[in-house]
Amino acid sequence: MEVSLDTQTATTTQLLNGEAHLEARNINVWFSGKHVLADVNLQFPKNSVTALIGPSGCGKSTFIRTLDRMHELIPGAQLSGEVLFNGKDIYGPAIDPISVRLDIGMVFQKPNPFPTMTIRENVLSGLKLSGRKVRNEDSLVESCITRASLWPEVKDRLNSSAGSLSGGQQQRLCIARSLALDPEVLLMDEPCSALDPGSTRRIEATIRELSESMTVVIVTHNMQQAQRVSDQTAFFLAEEGEPGYVVEFGPTDSLFSAPNDPRTEDYVNGRFG
Amino acid sequence: MTSTLELEPKPQAITILRTKGDRIFRGILIVGGLVAFLVLAGIFGYLAQSAAPVLQAFGFHFFTDSSWYAGDGLLPSEGSIDPPTFGMLPMLWGSVLIAIISVGIALPLGVGIALSIVYLLPKRTIFGFTLFIDLVAAIPSIVFGLWGFFVLVPHGVLWASWLNEKLGFIPIFSVQFEAFEQSPFMAGLVLAIMITPIVAVVSRQIFALVPPDLINAAQALGGSRWTIIRDVVLPFSRGGIIGGAMLGLGRALGETVAVFFVLQLFFDEVNWYRILESSGGSVASLIIAKFGEAGPLEISALFAAGLALFVITLLANAAAAILVNSSKGKK
Repeated sequence: MEVSLDTQTATTTQLLNGEAHLEARNINVWFSGKHVLADVNLQFPKNSVTALIGPSGCGKSTFIRTLDRMHELIPGAQLSGEVLFNGKDIYGPAIDPISVRLDIGMVFQKPNPFPTMTIRENVLSGLKLSGRKVRNEDSLVESCITRASLWPEVKDRLNSSAGSLSGGQQQRLCIARSLALDPEVLLMDEPCSALDPGSTRRIEATIRELSESMTVVIVTHNMQQAQRVSDQTAFFLAEEGEPGYVVEFGPTDSLFSAPNDPRTEDYVNGRFG
Repeated sequence: MTSTLELEPKPQAITILRTKGDRIFRGILIVGGLVAFLVLAGIFGYLAQSAAPVLQAFGFHFFTDSSWYAGDGLLPSEGSIDPPTFGMLPMLWGSVLIAIISVGIALPLGVGIALSIVYLLPKRTIFGFTLFIDLVAAIPSIVFGLWGFFVLVPHGVLWASWLNEKLGFIPIFSVQFEAFEQSPFMAGLVLAIMITPIVAVVSRQIFALVPPDLINAAQALGGSRWTIIRDVVLPFSRGGIIGGAMLGLGRALGETVAVFFVLQLFFDEVNWYRILESSGGSVASLIIAKFGEAGPLEISALFAAGLALFVITLLANAAAAILVNSSKGKK
């Protein structure tokens, strides 16, 4: 892959040097025998933000789920390949999928706070669900909500229901909830697709801040969003009836300004998808 | 200012133009709703009217005394030489006690069955299992009564005496006489087996309504099967489970024959808590036991007992409705 050096960021240099925080190698996925994802190879350097773009049904969401073993929960799902996290395969025989999900958090497309819990309980829910304890719950709640840029809006009503928040606030609460487990990687599956522009902007700012301390992978349909938040971008595509695959992967700047593949150029310029 | 023409905004009355079909449909619904209410009110009125002679004669003592003696069927004012005394407290409390025992057993059992169907069993066995549970829920209660009498009681006696021997130091498992055959425990057990399928069927449907989004979120947060059920599924389903338990409770309170077969009615003293002892009460069984040979005054007493059962069931349902409402999330 030809990359013009002047547009490279520090993280891409790191990427080219080969030391990845998280790395997918030859990932193939089948659902009930149907091949849906073929030979995906992507590297996610530490503290980078990677955007996964592409038309609907090309396997982006499926792929992001393989990164914390969430796709396993879909009946009939099968996988081949490796996902190396800090150099170790998360699909290794001695690895507990639950411990993987503690290190690699996920935020979903639709805000899904637990409706039976308060705002505070939602933030602490991961600790409860995974049976872990912290010494100072109050300060954890405050720091997680603060990092998710939600603190001023909820600090006076931590004990009211999460259902009383707006959609954008709920999504930031879901981010705070993931942060409480102190993950090294945060996966986000179209986190802004159900939100208004104002909430989207706030979440994008949050993503930039989070990337100072963690590695972020985000699926998005919004090309401007990919350009605003990500260091590197992977473009997925699936032909009719064929499994999805990665057409092009590289630094976001160059992928959008000077794509190598004509299909990427068509897509990022809005000519299809 | 010259703006006398400036009008203050006034709220408009919104009028809805209903089509003919809409009006007919509304009419049918209103009539249906009224009929349901009128039937209920009619039953209440008839019960109250039939119960009036006894309630006038005995007053509130009818509900707080422990005695059931038909005598010569005349009131003292009518020149009775062998005056009857009716007090239904042992039956009233007995019904409540049996209902508590049966729901106490059936609730965890039914919820457990529903959880296994939804979250544990392999997908291909679910259909058969669900069908089986639905079938059990449809077995007529007389069959349960006979089965309880001939099959359960002989075994139940062994369990009851074992419970008494090992846990007799706890008041509820103590007995005054070692006769375990026809105790509230036995009646509760038969009822529990009757209502467990009801609780299971309702809970299973409730669990199937938990949004997959929430389960996904809990899994992504490192939840195990058990913690997800405890922290997400059960809190979300609480209202529905209570509803299922109340359906079961309604059946337990009103059940007649199945209880009649396996319970020794004892009229002269309230068995407050000794659930293993062969002495108990049940309003519905009282009615079936006494109805055949009752004279006019005793019939009136049985109607009064029915009225009490009617009110208790109504109160239980109202309590359930309040519980369900209060558990619909903290708003």
